[in-house]
Amino acid sequence: MSRRLQQTLLVAAAPLIAVALALVAGAVFIAAIGEDPFGVYGLMLSQTFGTGYGIGQTLFKATPLIFTGLAVALGFRAGLFNIGVEGQLYLGGFVAALVGFGWAELPPIHLLPLTLLAGAAAGALWGAIPGVLKARFGAHEVINTILLNFIAFALVSYLGYSVFEPATVRTSEIGPGAHLARLDIFWPSLRGSPANLALGLGLAAAAVIGVVLFRTRLGYELRAVGLNAPAAEYGGVSVGRVQVTAMALSGAVAGLGGCNYVQGYKHFFELGFSAGSGFLGIAVALLGRNHPVGVVIAALFFGALSYGGLAANQRVPKELVEVLQAIVILLTIGVQQVVERAARRLG
Amino acid sequence: MEVLLFAAAALRISVPYTLAALGASFSERGGVINIALEGIMLNGALAYVLGAYWTGNPWAGVAAALAAGVATAALHAAITVWLRADQITSGLGINLLAAGLTKFVLTQVFHSSSNSSRVIGLPDWNLFHLGDLPALGPVLTAPLVMVAVVAVLAGQGFLFRTVFGLRLRSVGEHPEAAATLGLSVAGYRTAGVLISGALAGLAGAWLASEQHSFTDGMTGGRGYIALAAMIVGKWTPFGAAAACLLFGIAEALQITLQGTGFPSELLQMLPYLVTMFALAGFIGRATPPRRLGVPYDPERA
Repeated sequence: MSRRLQQTLLVAAAPLIAVALALVAGAVFIAAIGEDPFGVYGLMLSQTFGTGYGIGQTLFKATPLIFTGLAVALGFRAGLFNIGVEGQLYLGGFVAALVGFGWAELPPIHLLPLTLLAGAAAGALWGAIPGVLKARFGAHEVINTILLNFIAFALVSYLGYSVFEPATVRTSEIGPGAHLARLDIFWPSLRGSPANLALGLGLAAAAVIGVVLFRTRLGYELRAVGLNAPAAEYGGVSVGRVQVTAMALSGAVAGLGGCNYVQGYKHFFELGFSAGSGFLGIAVALLGRNHPVGVVIAALFFGALSYGGLAANQRVPKELVEVLQAIVILLTIGVQQVVERAARRLG
Repeated sequence: MEVLLFAAAALRISVPYTLAALGASFSERGGVINIALEGIMLNGALAYVLGAYWTGNPWAGVAAALAAGVATAALHAAITVWLRADQITSGLGINLLAAGLTKFVLTQVFHSSSNSSRVIGLPDWNLFHLGDLPALGPVLTAPLVMVAVVAVLAGQGFLFRTVFGLRLRSVGEHPEAAATLGLSVAGYRTAGVLISGALAGLAGAWLASEQHSFTDGMTGGRGYIALAAMIVGKWTPFGAAAACLLFGIAEALQITLQGTGFPSELLQMLPYLVTMFALAGFIGRATPPRRLGVPYDPERA
């Protein structure tokens, strides 16, 4: 094997090594509480991929992660760390629900695109703010996106007073025109699972982002800014404009992700619906190496882990999955460093 | 009296922010971003409860919180300083880990994933008869309040008036120059992160001791706010403490105004908005340590 190929393979294997090590670490936890690791992992596997219902649940859990993973990856490609995906998703879901029940009478041909657009627009706006602050004032996007998460939560709670159903923390139901159909209509074997057409939208988003990133001028500029902003500037790219665009696009994808829950599942917005999907998107992007295909695969993995953890809750506390997800993140960045250093030594 | 009670409430709220923000100034002056404060604090809070629960002695809880804080920070240092991986990702990963791990331990020890049994809080220290003061007495006699005050004063001196402080700042500003002088960049950066872990662990102990228990996610974003306060305070202990007091006042105001019809959510946003304005340079220019967030790789220097 040529050195170059060895290097490439080594670096490509890093996420797999990280996942394998994380599963070993998880096995230690499982054994520590007196359970059989193989039995538990076997149960998780058979519950997620062994039945149509399990597959549907896994797809449902993976769907928001595709959106949030893509959002984080878009930011990363432009050299921006968007930790605000959680808030952008949250706000996107809220605004989508407002439009969905505000114009509930509209026919699907109008209401569906309007609702989707509303979610994306809200997310884009929330993402653009730290983009502008970065481009205009040089303020670090990491801190600003964290702060904007908190502001989004507070803002939605405040606005919720006037729109939530009495004595609840949820909005009214959105009109049927805004619903995304369940997948079990098309594939009866997924029966009972909440997987819905949002998955198709997520895959389409991945495809579009792939094309934009690697086949358009904007994508080229975006990646150039991410790799070396001063060089891109020297090459005639307006770095500030690209940063704002990247953050707005990232926020739009995140905001659109609310459709899985709001339009495909519950048909209303509920406080706390995002439940950490935005933060997990960071793990998805990392593991998927900021590539749309990698992001989809990583989202499926984390989706399976989420549902597998719920399904195995009889034997191991479901909190174990959260621990595993965190270990995957830490190992992914750790292993990547070790492997890249080894690859450099090879070359 | 009303004013004094309000001041006491604001002071009480700002204690964990101050401890964690002070710690963050050490980590960040050395060049390591510490978003892991949230997770360190959470682990510290659980450790306090476990220590106090198993021994019946609150000081064992404090010792456990310190140990847990330092251990969690050591993980952050191992990943960021020794493996040179991304500091923000490591911090976020550690926060997720702490959120999951604390719930996992809760289920194993207390058979509940949401809260622990009730444990003893820290006793009062009535030094200089401070406890006799009206309204403020109960706050000023809390041991960790005194620790926080002393730590802020000592921290400012330590960071800007000692050789260690100068060296710590030098590895955050210009690690190559520091290395040329024979300093261990990794060693000083690790020290900064560990100091920050000890202080954030104490912040967790304070929260758990005040509440006499651990509840799932009880830090509620305080680690992030502490980090923001440290930035508003321009990476100095005094500035950080002042910003924490300001945030404490905003939060106390929010609690006072609850039930009066004033939308408390809007006040809740105040500290975040202040920080965003500060970051944008509207409240004086805040200059971070020059090499903050950049791993130091001697092979590439």
